[in-house]
Amino acid sequence: MRAALGFLSELLPGDTQANRVVPPSGFTATLTLFTAAAMAFLAVFALALSLATGRLADRWGNELARTATVRISAPEGQMAAQTAAALRVLETTAGVARARALDDAEQAALLEPWFGPGLPLDQLPIPRLIELTETAEGFDAQGLRLRLAAEVPAAVLDDHTRWRDPLVRAASRLRLLGWLSLALIAAATAAMITLAAQAALAANAQVITVLRLVGAQDGYIARAFVRRFAARGLGGAAIGTALGCLAILALPSARIEGGFLTGLGFQGWHWLWPLMIPLLAGLVAYAATRSAARRRLEKMP
Amino acid sequence: MIELEGVGYSYGGGELLSDVSLALAPGSFHFLTGPSGAGKTTLLKLCYGALVPTAGQVRLFGQDRREMSRDDIAKARRRIGVVHQDCQFLDHLDVAENIALPLSVSGRDLLAEEANLRELIGWVGLRERAQARPPELSGGERQRAALARAVIMSPDAVLADEPTGNIDWEMSERLMRLLIELNRMGKTILIATHDLALIRSAKVHVQARVLRIAGRRLHFAGADL
Repeated sequence: MRAALGFLSELLPGDTQANRVVPPSGFTATLTLFTAAAMAFLAVFALALSLATGRLADRWGNELARTATVRISAPEGQMAAQTAAALRVLETTAGVARARALDDAEQAALLEPWFGPGLPLDQLPIPRLIELTETAEGFDAQGLRLRLAAEVPAAVLDDHTRWRDPLVRAASRLRLLGWLSLALIAAATAAMITLAAQAALAANAQVITVLRLVGAQDGYIARAFVRRFAARGLGGAAIGTALGCLAILALPSARIEGGFLTGLGFQGWHWLWPLMIPLLAGLVAYAATRSAARRRLEKMP
Repeated sequence: MIELEGVGYSYGGGELLSDVSLALAPGSFHFLTGPSGAGKTTLLKLCYGALVPTAGQVRLFGQDRREMSRDDIAKARRRIGVVHQDCQFLDHLDVAENIALPLSVSGRDLLAEEANLRELIGWVGLRERAQARPPELSGGERQRAALARAVIMSPDAVLADEPTGNIDWEMSERLMRLLIELNRMGKTILIATHDLALIRSAKVHVQARVLRIAGRRLHFAGADL
């Protein structure tokens, strides 16, 4: 927190004379700016990945966890009777909030993405699907299976766990990788700024000697460098973040209405997250330059 | 204000100075002389806190050098003006800004000191060169700019290390006159030089004591120099 406050106070316009004591440097400044921008650009994608996989894991973990399907595969003539029997069983099962048999049109819509439109469903032995929604407490899947087996032998309960679990695991792992990438990007930025700051400090050894001779305190000298690098980190990252966000906006939408997938990108207030990247880059540049300057100054008389 | 007590200093293996005791009283004028490599610069550096003695004690304005933090030393430097033989400047700032540098690094209001600065620049005869960059200055101009920078904070003491080493005789005399004037205004002056002619010409105008480093020790030279 103190570092953050210090960082903010460094950026406020103030002692411009302190900035002028270090000679302007053209080429390394551009390099620092470019690297900060490139890192921020990558950070936007890592962040988008983390948030999108987070959304995916939540959706698969929560929303789908509270739904289940009962499939009834019965010969043509018994289908209606078996469905009605299954619905009766479900309605008397504790923990089932709602049970509803899908009608033919809905089933056709479900199959359409796979078989294409115009499939003669009525001529195929398509099982009937009953969609059920759990209450918050949930139902006892094993007990329901036993009851269905006894009363409606044609019914099979599918509570989705078989395919949901590995997907949730994969999404969580992917999210973890996203955060790890962000941490690595932050560390690489810190390393790069440290190298740049050390080069600047070495190139300005005479300036530092003169400043020490005329009575400048270490804080004053460090500030002249820190301000400059923090501003470059912040500015470069702002450019990179803006470009990254534009690139995300330009991605073709992968969202399927009502589907399980989610597009790579930001939704709603998540758009505020990328705004943190330039601030974080500035903070990283501030801390890296400050420690490089302190280390260097300790060695000078 | 600057006191050395039994001070010794050794670089690596060899001892350069040993058992040096010296007290620079307010308003005093000292010359420090001795052959090249005898330790004049080292002694001066001990006096403005750039070096820590390996033996004995150095006190700057009553504070023990060993107990001073880096910020304490920075503050002490504001009360001790230093002029080197090859004085360094910030080459990207002009002469006036360089002379005002001690004011800006100590957070003084530059606008309030504007008149003071102009007067000082006139006093060292650099009015026409105030907007020049330091690399464009001649040796004598550089020395006078360094002197102006050393006294802008109105320090208690001015230490000069071979201030006339790179400049001709006429310019040396001019610089000495400025230093003597400063001494008349109550500043403590310590000048390291191997130029005995300079010392002789100065002694006509000022009550100066001459210190000589010989055989690692500091001797008070006689008045007959």
